[in-house]
Order: sequence, then structure tokens, then C-alpha cells
Amino acid sequence: MPMPDYSLIVRNASFLLDGLLLSLTLTLIGVIGGLAVGTALALVRLFTGVIGNYVIDAYVFVFRAIPLILVIFWFYFMVPLILGRPVGAWTSAIVAFTLFEAAYYSEILRAGLRSVRAGQLNAALASGMSRGQALRYVIFPQAFTAMIPIFLTQAIILFQDTSLVFVVSLHDFLTATSIIANRDGRLVEVYTFACLVYYLICLAATAGVEELKRTFAR
Amino acid sequence: MIEFKGVNKYYGAHHVLRDITMTVSRGEVVVVCGPSGSGKSTLIKCVNALEPYQDGKILVDGFDVGSSARSATHLRRRVGMVFQNFELYPHLSVIDNICLAQRIVLKREAEEARERARRLLDRVGLKDKEAVYPTSLSGGQQQRIAIARALALDPEVMLFDEPTSALDPEMINEVLDVMTALAADGMTMMVVTHEMGFARRVASRVVFMDMGEVVEDCPTAEFFDHPQSRSDRAQLFLDKILSH
Repeated sequence: MPMPDYSLIVRNASFLLDGLLLSLTLTLIGVIGGLAVGTALALVRLFTGVIGNYVIDAYVFVFRAIPLILVIFWFYFMVPLILGRPVGAWTSAIVAFTLFEAAYYSEILRAGLRSVRAGQLNAALASGMSRGQALRYVIFPQAFTAMIPIFLTQAIILFQDTSLVFVVSLHDFLTATSIIANRDGRLVEVYTFACLVYYLICLAATAGVEELKRTFAR
Repeated sequence: MIEFKGVNKYYGAHHVLRDITMTVSRGEVVVVCGPSGSGKSTLIKCVNALEPYQDGKILVDGFDVGSSARSATHLRRRVGMVFQNFELYPHLSVIDNICLAQRIVLKREAEEARERARRLLDRVGLKDKEAVYPTSLSGGQQQRIAIARALALDPEVMLFDEPTSALDPEMINEVLDVMTALAADGMTMMVVTHEMGFARRVASRVVFMDMGEVVEDCPTAEFFDHPQSRSDRAQLFLDKILSH
């Protein structure tokens, strides 16, 4: 077995860094987009009757039943057939992540809203607030506080899941490492390094979540 | 001030309010009592449209409660409510609890709202607590702040839904004292409570409900001093809660 050679990581630093940036960007877009669409779904559920509920239940069920990799695939290969033109790897990845995360975020939001006592809404309404004002000033702040740690945990999972974009040939961090590993025949060094990077980022993020939990518990 | 005219309410097949007709005049303190499940909390929540009712009419100062959701917010500005479980907003400090509706419902300026909040905190004996959060306070303190929060909107009527039922015994009096002072100031009050001592001292009238009906509606002295002329159901209820 040849001697380990970690210098190739330094030599390919900018290529790897580009990959890492793509992973982080995808995570950020997935969180923001997923949160926006997920909040919209939760609001539709709150403000519409039975039909809206069924539609959203179906949406959430479908996206939670399908593996994320399949959602990415589906958007990349099927949507161009419907539209009649290619949508590109980047666009399809963003759309897939947003819609997939929205299903999870809308459920997290629902649980968070349920955690606020029913009497709080009555108290706000009794003071003359409209339903919208009661939600905005009384219910949502409490629900969000309860949800923030779960949101961030979901974001960490999403960061790991960005590695799935290799199926549409995007160069995320893991794809970048695997290209170098195969090209230079240095699988052990490169994949060890990849593990370490994922581990450290998730460790830091988890520590951040724990700190937040402590802040909110006060 | 509050008029009930033949009010009926159903939860499905369950008839929870039966043909309620009564009046609460301006400046009156009416205590509503009765066994649990008698419909008294439901009745009081109908007054500010937190509970819908199916037929009959409720008028607050001539204003029809049942008319629409839009008018409900208008009505609620004039009717304060205090709940069994206080329902202070846990994410806001005490003073922000009292200021929130003043700011967004009455559109008061921040300084004016704070000023008003401080005066009310002083009135309920908690002026040193403005910066703390509700969860760090005792139940009695929380309920006094909930009363201040309701008063901050200058209501013409105050509704109390079992305001002392969730309190430890040693805290009941501090809340009743605030309510007694409020009554002495001439506030129109409708109070659902089992505190018969408070009823006897403060109420102008006592209403006894059972199984969704108003069984007794008479002046306080009459209610307590002539139990033999009360209905069997009211006598039984009084025997149970006054026996010790």
C-alpha cells in the first residue's frame, strides 16, 4: 500500500472549496425556500377548510414517501418532458429541495402551532385582535421559539442530503472529492478528509442548536 | 348593558344553553354560579363572541353580538376578559403583555401605552414586576396582571371566567381584592366563580345555573339569606359548597 499523501487535498483546495460552497448554498436555499413554502402550506391549512387540508395532507404524504434522490431525479428528467425544454441541473435541484423540505417544514410548523395552548388564541381574540393579528403577535412567536431547534436539526440533515445532487451531475462537496479521489487514485485520503469535513460542520451546527435550546429554555 | 334574550346553544345534539334570558345593568356585579357542566363558562364566552350561539340574541350596550366576525373584534374592544388559566403571553414581558393590544388594537403610542400599563401595575400592586416574564410569577400575580392587561383597553364591561379556580388557596384573596376594588369603582362585571364569600360581599345579583338553564336570578341578599325560598337544586348546590 502506498504512503498516504494528503498534499493533494491542498493542491485541489479551490476545487473542493467550490464544491463545499455549492453544498452550503443549496442548504441555505433549501432552508429558506422550504420554510417559505412550508409556512404557506401551514397557513393554508390554518385558514381553509377540509379541502385545503386534504390537498396538503396528500402533498406532505407524497413527498415524505418518496426518497429525496428520486424527487431530484424526477424534476431533472420529467419536468423537461412536461415543459418541452430542459430546466437544468441547478434549477431542478433547487426546486426539488424546496418542495421536499417544505413538506417537512410544514409538519414541523403544524406541531409547533399545536404546542401553543388554545387559550392563548382566545385571550388574544378577547382583547380585540383579529385572527391574523393574534397569529402574528401571539401564536407564531411562541410556535417558532418551540420549533427553532427542530428547524436547525432539519437543516443539518439537509446539508448532508445535498450530496445527492451528484445524480444530476452537480459538483457538490462530495462529488468534488470523489472526482479527485478517482482521478488520482487516492480514495482513502480523500474520503477520510470528506468525512472529517462533514463531521466538523455538523458538530459545529449541532453545538449551535444545543446552545439555542439552552437559550430558549431560560 | 348586557341583555340575553332567549339564547340557545347546542354542541351537536347536546343542548348547553337553554333559553337564557337575563340582564346585567351598567355598574352591576353579577356572579354566575352552578355545578360544573352547567353552562356558566359557555354563557360568559358568548358575551364576547368567543363561543357562537344558535338562536336568541345577546346585546352589549345595544350592540348585537351575533351579527358578524368583523363586528366581533369591534365588540371585544369594549369587553375585557379574564381567564381561569390567566393566559398571559409567555414570550412577552409583563409590561409588553399589557401594551400589546393597546398598541395594535387601540393604536396607542408606545409611551402612552407604557404609561397606562405602569399605572395599572401599580393599581394591582405589582409595579416592580414590569420587566419580568410571566412564568417567573406566582399564579395570583399572573392573574392580577391579566386583570391589568384587560383593563388597559378601557373596557366598559369585565368578564371573569373562574378567575381563582386555578389558584392555590393562599393566592385567591389577592385576586379577589383587586376585583372587589374594581367593583367599588363602578365597573360592570359578570363573574363566573365558586367564591361565595366574594359573591355575598360584592355581587349585586347572583345567578344560579344548572344543566344549561338559569334556575335562580335574584339580589344577593335574597339569594343567601332566604335559602328556604330557593329551588331544590340551588339549595343542594349551596349546601355542598358552603358546608365547610
